[in-house]
Amino acid sequence: MPLDMELEEILRPTQYPMPPYPPKVIVLANGKKMVIRQAAREDVPAILKSVHPCLSIERDYYDIVSARLYGELLAWYRYRVKSEYCLLGQVDGYLVGVVNGRMETDKVGMSYHTLAIDRGLRIGSHLFAAKMEYHLEYLGQEEILIVAESPIGFRRWMIEYPLEKTNIPHELGGGDSYRLTRAIYQAAKSRLVTGERPVPCKLLDEAEAEIKFADDDTIRERIAGLKGR
Amino acid sequence: MRDVAIIGAGMIPFGRRDEDSLMDMLAYASLKALDDAGLGDRSVNAVYVGNMGAGIIQHQTSIASSLVDRLSLLPAAADVVENGPASGGSAVKNGLLAVASGYYDIVLVVGGEKMREVTGWRATDFVATMTHPQAEYPYGITLPGMGGMFTRLYMEKWGVTREHLLAVSLKNQAMGALNPYAHVEMTLDREGIFDSPDAVVNNPTAADPLHLYDLCPVSDGAAAVILCPLEMARKMSKAPVLIAGFGQATDTHTLQERDDPTDLKAVTLAARQAFEMAKLKPSDIDVAELHDAFTILEIAESEHVGFFKKGEGGKAAAAGKTSFGGQIPINVSGGLKARGHPVGATGVAQVVDIVFQLRHELPKNRQVKNARHGLTVNFGGFGNNVTSFVLKRVES
Repeated sequence: MPLDMELEEILRPTQYPMPPYPPKVIVLANGKKMVIRQAAREDVPAILKSVHPCLSIERDYYDIVSARLYGELLAWYRYRVKSEYCLLGQVDGYLVGVVNGRMETDKVGMSYHTLAIDRGLRIGSHLFAAKMEYHLEYLGQEEILIVAESPIGFRRWMIEYPLEKTNIPHELGGGDSYRLTRAIYQAAKSRLVTGERPVPCKLLDEAEAEIKFADDDTIRERIAGLKGR
Repeated sequence: MRDVAIIGAGMIPFGRRDEDSLMDMLAYASLKALDDAGLGDRSVNAVYVGNMGAGIIQHQTSIASSLVDRLSLLPAAADVVENGPASGGSAVKNGLLAVASGYYDIVLVVGGEKMREVTGWRATDFVATMTHPQAEYPYGITLPGMGGMFTRLYMEKWGVTREHLLAVSLKNQAMGALNPYAHVEMTLDREGIFDSPDAVVNNPTAADPLHLYDLCPVSDGAAAVILCPLEMARKMSKAPVLIAGFGQATDTHTLQERDDPTDLKAVTLAARQAFEMAKLKPSDIDVAELHDAFTILEIAESEHVGFFKKGEGGKAAAAGKTSFGGQIPINVSGGLKARGHPVGATGVAQVVDIVFQLRHELPKNRQVKNARHGLTVNFGGFGNNVTSFVLKRVES
């Protein structure tokens, strides 16, 4: 075991200091309030339970996004990725979306994935915006590298912000890499980055008390839209 | 001319139906209407298919021929009817005239469209092919763009406000949430899409002054009805619904050629014809399905068909007069806003929804009490080709 611990020390990447992301609350189109907060490493097993049912959904590349997110979260949980973080969206305690990323350097962020578990409420947009907010306003970085794996992602990030193409490769591989610079963020902030702080205690307590998740069939139905059949 | 009744109606849930082809959807809706009609050993003489874009989106033509074969309805006559977003209404008209003339006894009318197999950009471009090929399309006009400009004019001339548009949006989404066939089964909240600072993300500007939730979704779906002479319908088990009135009118292709672009003359004329044929007036209508591709259109049409005076439609919506339980419930199905707008299906779906209402078979939370007369308006182009039907419950 001592030898294992020595190896473990070698295998574990060093971490950049990461100030916490202060939680915020968003009113969704249906009037529900979504708390966006930072996940703790211990939350990962509960999050993975919600990500797992998405692995078999081909629609809108949910299978690829969730498989990669699953691996990234597991790697974070077991100390195999450097300076990763994860933000959660919760409504009434239920997990409705997950975003993650990491610090590539102290100045450059690496956006990983955005997974909306409840759809049609622009949860993905809000969570992606929170992720950008974290990198630029709390981690103090200057730019974030981003790549899209689905047409929805491309529309939401590359076009809506709009992002700037770059030759710097993104570690997820894939198509062209883009980046969100501080200037682009400031220009887009008023129309894409919202939320209120502080989160009322009752809402935050409910979110932090338990990460609730719907059953597998419900999650698949919500995402794949198989209503009535 | 014979009186014509609807003896069967069916529809499939609208939405994004990746797993179904256009032909699958047309067949499912047709079978539901045929089952509903309970034709027994009677055969269908003719089939009219309302569809706008199979040739463009699916690269498939002659879909009526394909459908009769798929449904084993050979050798029934079969035609596709294309009239933009009013293709469904025009298909019902063709079925109506065919039965009324005495040439056919039993006709299947089905409308369907599969729009979600292309990106939203391509779907928007596809719908824009109905605009003028020299005066509009080359300049990048889209239907939401036209809707935005129309809304701005309507606001300036008739005092419509965003509050009025919001009232339509909230009302139709609330009703759609109760409709199992609706594409968007979700209620909206005023704070979430209007009052809260988060609304800027939840409900962004789509085509100023229209916002995301002022627009209908792009949908897949199909709906069908079976028509036959009223006298034949009376002998069958299902409660028939009479097509008491029908109207259709056209207007200039381009909006700028109209004396007053806010005057939807074709809507006024089509509805007037339908009322005259039915010997009814707007105040006789118990429930209406109006073509709310944009929230402004429900308001404008509610005025042009005669439910309200010009400039009063928006106020009426905001006052709850067009809500379920109000003076004239409009779009109790959720309308195009929530039920969805698979363009070729819409005109038929409106008729199906009114049939359900007039047969008094909907759940209490959507059934208009004692509904006897219903109106539909199916809006083609930007009001340049409009169909309207007045349907009447046939008491046994």
